[in-house]
Amino acid sequence: MTTNPTLSPAGGASAPPAGLPPVRRRSSRAAETRRKWYEIIGLTTPAIVVYVMFVLVPMGFAVYYSLFRWRGVGPPTDFVGYDNYVLAFQDPIFLDALRNNAIIVFGSLLLQGPIALAVALLLNRRFRGRAAFRLLVFVPYVLAEVTVGIMWKLLLTGDGTVDALLRQLGLGSFVQAWLADLDVVIWTMLFVLTWKYVGFAIILLLAGLSNVPPELTEAAAIDGASWWQTQRHVMLPLLGPTIRIWMFLSMIGSLQAFEVIWVTSVPAVRSLGASATMATYMVDNGFFARLWGYGNAVAVILFAISFVAALLFQRFLLRRDIEGAVTGRRN
Amino acid sequence: MAMKHRAGATLALFLTTALLVAGCNGGDDEAPAENELYKNPVTLTWWHNASQDGPGKTYWEKVAKDFSAQHPTVTIQIEAIETNQLQRTRLPAALLTSDPPDIFQAWGGGEMREQVEADYLKDLTDQVKDEVANIGSATEIWQVNGKQYGMPYRMGIEGIWYNKDMFAKAGIAAPPTTFEELNQAVTKLKAINVIPIALGAGDKWPAAHWWYNFALRACSVDTLKKASVDLVFDDPCFVKAGQDLKSFIGTNPFQPNFIATPGQNDPTSANGLLANGKAAMELMGDWNRGTLETVSANPEALKKFLGWFPVPAITGSAGDPKAALGGGDGFSCAKNAPAECVEFLKYIVSPEVQKGYAETGTGLPAAKGAEAGVADPALKSILEATSGATYVQLWLDTAFGSTVGNAMNDAVVAIFAGNGTPEKVVEAMKAAAKK
Repeated sequence: MTTNPTLSPAGGASAPPAGLPPVRRRSSRAAETRRKWYEIIGLTTPAIVVYVMFVLVPMGFAVYYSLFRWRGVGPPTDFVGYDNYVLAFQDPIFLDALRNNAIIVFGSLLLQGPIALAVALLLNRRFRGRAAFRLLVFVPYVLAEVTVGIMWKLLLTGDGTVDALLRQLGLGSFVQAWLADLDVVIWTMLFVLTWKYVGFAIILLLAGLSNVPPELTEAAAIDGASWWQTQRHVMLPLLGPTIRIWMFLSMIGSLQAFEVIWVTSVPAVRSLGASATMATYMVDNGFFARLWGYGNAVAVILFAISFVAALLFQRFLLRRDIEGAVTGRRN
Repeated sequence: MAMKHRAGATLALFLTTALLVAGCNGGDDEAPAENELYKNPVTLTWWHNASQDGPGKTYWEKVAKDFSAQHPTVTIQIEAIETNQLQRTRLPAALLTSDPPDIFQAWGGGEMREQVEADYLKDLTDQVKDEVANIGSATEIWQVNGKQYGMPYRMGIEGIWYNKDMFAKAGIAAPPTTFEELNQAVTKLKAINVIPIALGAGDKWPAAHWWYNFALRACSVDTLKKASVDLVFDDPCFVKAGQDLKSFIGTNPFQPNFIATPGQNDPTSANGLLANGKAAMELMGDWNRGTLETVSANPEALKKFLGWFPVPAITGSAGDPKAALGGGDGFSCAKNAPAECVEFLKYIVSPEVQKGYAETGTGLPAAKGAEAGVADPALKSILEATSGATYVQLWLDTAFGSTVGNAMNDAVVAIFAGNGTPEKVVEAMKAAAKK
């Protein structure tokens, strides 16, 4: 370990040729390396302990419990192998939940992406009240999920505020049973989720935009680029890494969507599959039907899908951005 | 503290039992514990579901304080937890550990059966004989294989809550006693442009309760009792219940988009529709008096127009027309809870404490001798109907346990949504029984 140059800040071009180091320096370098290791161990141990105890161990338990037919009374004894997994994929409601998650993943990307980009570019210009606008845009994201859920549930109820507003605007023909029509409700959920989370995308993109050096836009302006051309050919390419990170976070969040849907959509509509997601399905079956073994199996499936999605995304889209941080140093 | 004491008590119990067996040629195992009562300080942890600030929660605090005042060795630690959280997560998780609460909410039925099989609960049979005699047949819900594992403090049957003013306006002379009369009432109410029946199908169980009532009318008492114990649903009466429900839904008695209407707790719920004069009827349990008031814009008006009548009979059906659906709340003691737990439980269900409970207006008392605490006329009529019922069937989802209950409710809701069938309900129940 002591000879590994990558761990030593002194390694590299300025390092003395191997075999000729003065004895004094060698011992001081060894001490420094040792100190460094103590530092790494000391600083990471608490995090690793917490991670193992609250992430890895529960995950291991989830996998273990998922192999039992177990209703949470007494210790699990009825081993059924992977039966619970087979049952899940045979349940049409679970397949509905998978479809709904897919709608939320792609719907969120397609809706929030363009909206966030447009608003971020707009808010990046100087105008009066810009700070107030930025604040307003971010408010839904800061609100608690349950608050948002209850608010929209009341607004969207039959003959509620949304319906009244549409009628006032002469758009009465657009009025739907937003939360009751089984074919409409998932799109209502997508709308509420978009409203809630678009602010996060905007803030991320604004942060990305503020990292673009002003010299580049100035240079583009001097070269005669219009505002549109500057955005399209300077800003957008430089926003690439931010957009990809946002896509990643949005996708993982959408796969695990729970709170807003749990609160906004009533149990009956969820249990009919119209608004269920994998996470709400897991809680409905694990706790409310008291199928603890089965619920754990659904949890493991949800984890596996999220994990694979995350890996694929990192492998193909995030590789350039996280090179060095995760994939190791390249010379 | 509690653990240490419990270990000590167990040891003492063990020693005295050994002595008794040796000396007195066997005796009641519980007898030595009775002698130990109130000798050593104990702490009882009590988990109940009156989590919302209000008369119910305050009353339990008073009950605990009064008991500690009478028995200074007993300290009671209360934790009030919202029902779903208590029943679905907190209690099952705590019972899996070695240190569950000593006295906790128990709903009886299928879930209690499983808890007894897992040896979680204290057998109270020998100690609560007087209380069981006083409360009567309602205690059967908290029995497993003839032994008493819990005691009810609230018990009531379900019926139809209605708006007397609307009935008068629509020209309905007397509350319906058969489904034909109910159907006629629905027609008359439609004519005066009100919602005949409010339905909180969004929460699933308020919709499922209609199916339970049709099952109660279609199935004989023996069939229902056997189904609760063996989880066998082969009798054709369970399909008949779904068919009857389907034709009833066909008469359009409910408000539009009922599939997304919540049952209670907010003004847009089915409760809100009845409480605020938009709907004429609602099928609901005895707790409805209190929940209607919380969503009412004018509680005084509500008090004046609110009435109650039992679920109508179906002429020519196999079921007992005087049978009713009902349920209640009770408490159980954990297997290893100190003997004082049982004493506290007996105190809770004693007529005087029950009378005070009735006065809170949060539900109907289970014990006889507490009736004087019931003031509301609608609640009084439930009390009369409860004592007049020939048989009280526990809510089917509680009786069959959460797994079958949940599957059954989902399948019934599908009928309401128009994509389920009577046969599928029974299939779902059979499939869930195997899960």
